[in-house]
Amino acid sequence: MDLTLRVWRQKDGQSTGRFESYQVSGIIPDMSFLEMLDVTNERLIMEGKDPIAFDHDCREGICGMCSLVINGRAHGGFDGTTTCQLHMRKFNDGDTITIEPWRASAFPVIRDLVVDRTSFDRIIQAGGFISANTGGAPDGNAVPIPKPDADAAMDAAACIGCGACAASCPNGSAMLFVAAKVSHLAHLPQGMPERGQRVLDMVARMDEEGFGNCTNHAECEAMCPKDISISHIAKMNREFIRATVRGD
Amino acid sequence: MDTNGSLNGNVPEGPLAEKWDNHRFNMKLVNPANRRRYKVIVVGAGLAGGGAAATLGELGYNVDCFCYQDSPRRAHSIAAQGGINAAKNYQNDGDSTYRLFYDTIKGGDFRSRESNVYRLAQVSANIIDQCVAMGVPFAREYGGQLANRSFGGAQVSRTFYARGQTGQQLLLGVYSALSRQIAAGTVKMHSRTEMLEIVLVDGQAKGVITRNLVTGEIEKHAADVVIMATGGYGPVFYLSTNAMGNNVTASIRAYMKGAYFANPCYTQIHPTCIPVSGDHQSKLTLMSESLRNDGRIWVSMKEGDPRGPGEIPENERDYYLERMYPSFGNLAPRDIASRAAKRACDEGRGVGDTGLGVYLDFTDAIERLGLGLVQQRYGNLFDMYEKITGENAYQVPMRIYPAIHYTMGGLWVDYNLMSNIPGLFVLGESNFSDHGANRLGASALMQGLADGYFVAPYTVGNYLASQTPGDYSADSSEFTQAADDVEDRVKRVLSIDGKRTVTSFHRELGMICWDYCGMARTDQSLKKALDLIPALKEEFWENVSVPGGGDELNPELEKALRVADFLEFAELMCYDALVREESCGGHFREEYQTEEGEALRDDEHFSHVSAWEAPGNGGRPILHKENLEFEEVEFSVRSYK
Repeated sequence: MDLTLRVWRQKDGQSTGRFESYQVSGIIPDMSFLEMLDVTNERLIMEGKDPIAFDHDCREGICGMCSLVINGRAHGGFDGTTTCQLHMRKFNDGDTITIEPWRASAFPVIRDLVVDRTSFDRIIQAGGFISANTGGAPDGNAVPIPKPDADAAMDAAACIGCGACAASCPNGSAMLFVAAKVSHLAHLPQGMPERGQRVLDMVARMDEEGFGNCTNHAECEAMCPKDISISHIAKMNREFIRATVRGD
Repeated sequence: MDTNGSLNGNVPEGPLAEKWDNHRFNMKLVNPANRRRYKVIVVGAGLAGGGAAATLGELGYNVDCFCYQDSPRRAHSIAAQGGINAAKNYQNDGDSTYRLFYDTIKGGDFRSRESNVYRLAQVSANIIDQCVAMGVPFAREYGGQLANRSFGGAQVSRTFYARGQTGQQLLLGVYSALSRQIAAGTVKMHSRTEMLEIVLVDGQAKGVITRNLVTGEIEKHAADVVIMATGGYGPVFYLSTNAMGNNVTASIRAYMKGAYFANPCYTQIHPTCIPVSGDHQSKLTLMSESLRNDGRIWVSMKEGDPRGPGEIPENERDYYLERMYPSFGNLAPRDIASRAAKRACDEGRGVGDTGLGVYLDFTDAIERLGLGLVQQRYGNLFDMYEKITGENAYQVPMRIYPAIHYTMGGLWVDYNLMSNIPGLFVLGESNFSDHGANRLGASALMQGLADGYFVAPYTVGNYLASQTPGDYSADSSEFTQAADDVEDRVKRVLSIDGKRTVTSFHRELGMICWDYCGMARTDQSLKKALDLIPALKEEFWENVSVPGGGDELNPELEKALRVADFLEFAELMCYDALVREESCGGHFREEYQTEEGEALRDDEHFSHVSAWEAPGNGGRPILHKENLEFEEVEFSVRSYK
């Protein structure tokens, strides 16, 4: 396959970025999208040019490190697929592919396609945990958890924290990410003691980090590589109202 | 080669089952009010490192934690799919601490330290309780009880799981505990920061030199104790199931500063990975071996059979694992299943375009269980397979082939998980301690969390109790020297300006290791590798091309520093494999096999840990042996027939 890549290049957070075009030939349909970028970078290095910086690590769709807005869609927009799981057989010979970093004010660009997502870490630090020190936990079967609850918690907990939700939301909202954690813990009995304070603190932190609010576009759900449902946002809203009314 | 007396593993006295309890009582404690005066460095934020950092933070120590990823939630523990073992005996099927201990010793081919393994089995039950308390959504039965499955060569159901994402859920549990401590101010997290050197002061580990991967700044960090939990060295083979950034740098730097590296030749090849498709390949993807619970592995009985899987009738198929190992069948342990696949392919019976693959077939499972149940159990794995290969495995059998997955070798540690350098603790995959020559499925997560949650917090405290807090300075000459060395290394690799990319060297190194020190090794192949690797290393330092500068985000520079260390390490691994003249677990020397082609151990001469000391000036590494003494179990031949 021969392709034209339009890639966002930006030296660092302070510099102005721009698109640059690269012609790449001899791409094999069995390559993953990131392997296509690897091949492009190998050629750029041999030509004495700067390779394209992008984040990646596990390359099997679970670590959440890879990102990229591909042709306007986070992770390329294929069902349940991260960029590292996307293969070139989904594209056609002669295609022009536009590649951008996540676009959200709470994800500043570090270089080229690499952004800073530590805002997500700070939201978790605000309350995305159960306060149980190591040691002294009761037997794992002491509190039975109905299978539907365990399954619902797992559905939410599948979030990989990649940031595709915020990157594809027109408001740059992180509601799906925050809701996934709130909903995961709100489905479990262990999460109950901190239920109210957790949602209030996490939502407050999300606002402080500069993420926008949800206006039900559902782009996040459509682009989420783990198919996290926006019903978790509804769950978070209920949790938030409950905590507010109760004065938690 | 020097063969000194046995290394002392500092194993406590007393009966096996009482050692840990006695030792916990005998260890010194640090007064709660004094703990904040001690500074602890933890390198790595996976299950072992993150678990230790969070737990030590909870105890009140002042922790600095480092990871190269942008967040501790991304450590490669996250990619473990199948599950975590624990001797809970919830299924009432005869499991016990002793059975988990025995299975692990036997699975490790009698090359692990008995006392460590027993402790691992003991604390395994606590791990599950702890994870449940932290909200890990393990799979449940309809009655609300925790679900279990049998996994990877075990005849009891002791594996706990969270769909096919157990590692992810356990790591997110660790990450949440760590996040809580970061918010509480007991842990300071340094993400996108890579450790490039360890600093010793008067022979004790007192800190690390790191590079900030965003700004390129070389930083000096001093502390009372250093804990490394930096994972394995699988990517020395270039293609592996490890993450792209996983590396051996921290371990090899510690080795160069005097830490012993133990059993580097013990590498695990996982039998169920998606086969290589071409030269562009950057990594291999594992399909959880839980698939072997219901899938059946086969190849054609004929060599070079051109027919597709659907055209080969039942009586012309060779379900070779079921044939050779009737009692374990498709669940035979990893090393055995991998070698059997290699043998089938070597005989010309491999499948797919490359002939390097075997079928993993779910036709019978779908008939027996129904499509719905198969989808429920393995749906995400089938989806993953389809994304990568473009094939629907509900209709055509999967193709699988072994790939490097885990490394049992690592820095030598004593019973306290402390290396031979006082003050340097090593946890998780980066130490050598619990899996011997072969790790059983669902035991890596168990060991990571055992080390991080339940062992290191005690043993590190015991060490600190003997130290005066704050007895270090990042301005001392040792730190300045180490930081200068790192600066020089960075400058040197940037200044070569050669003609080959970093990746081309890494790929070539990987091919050498896979071809000559992979699934099967010989005296000849290893000597060949030992010729090729130094030559490649020499060429690297003359001809590598690393673009960009040192004071910016520069992924090529990061890779170059890692590959330089893999080149150092590869030689050590091959040398260890050459000297270990027996076959055991993941180390298969073709010269040492039974008539049936199974691994042939030599307990008389090789029942020891090979712990290697870096040579002062070139030359061969120096061997120290820790003799393995088995008080409880008797040597037996691993038989899974």
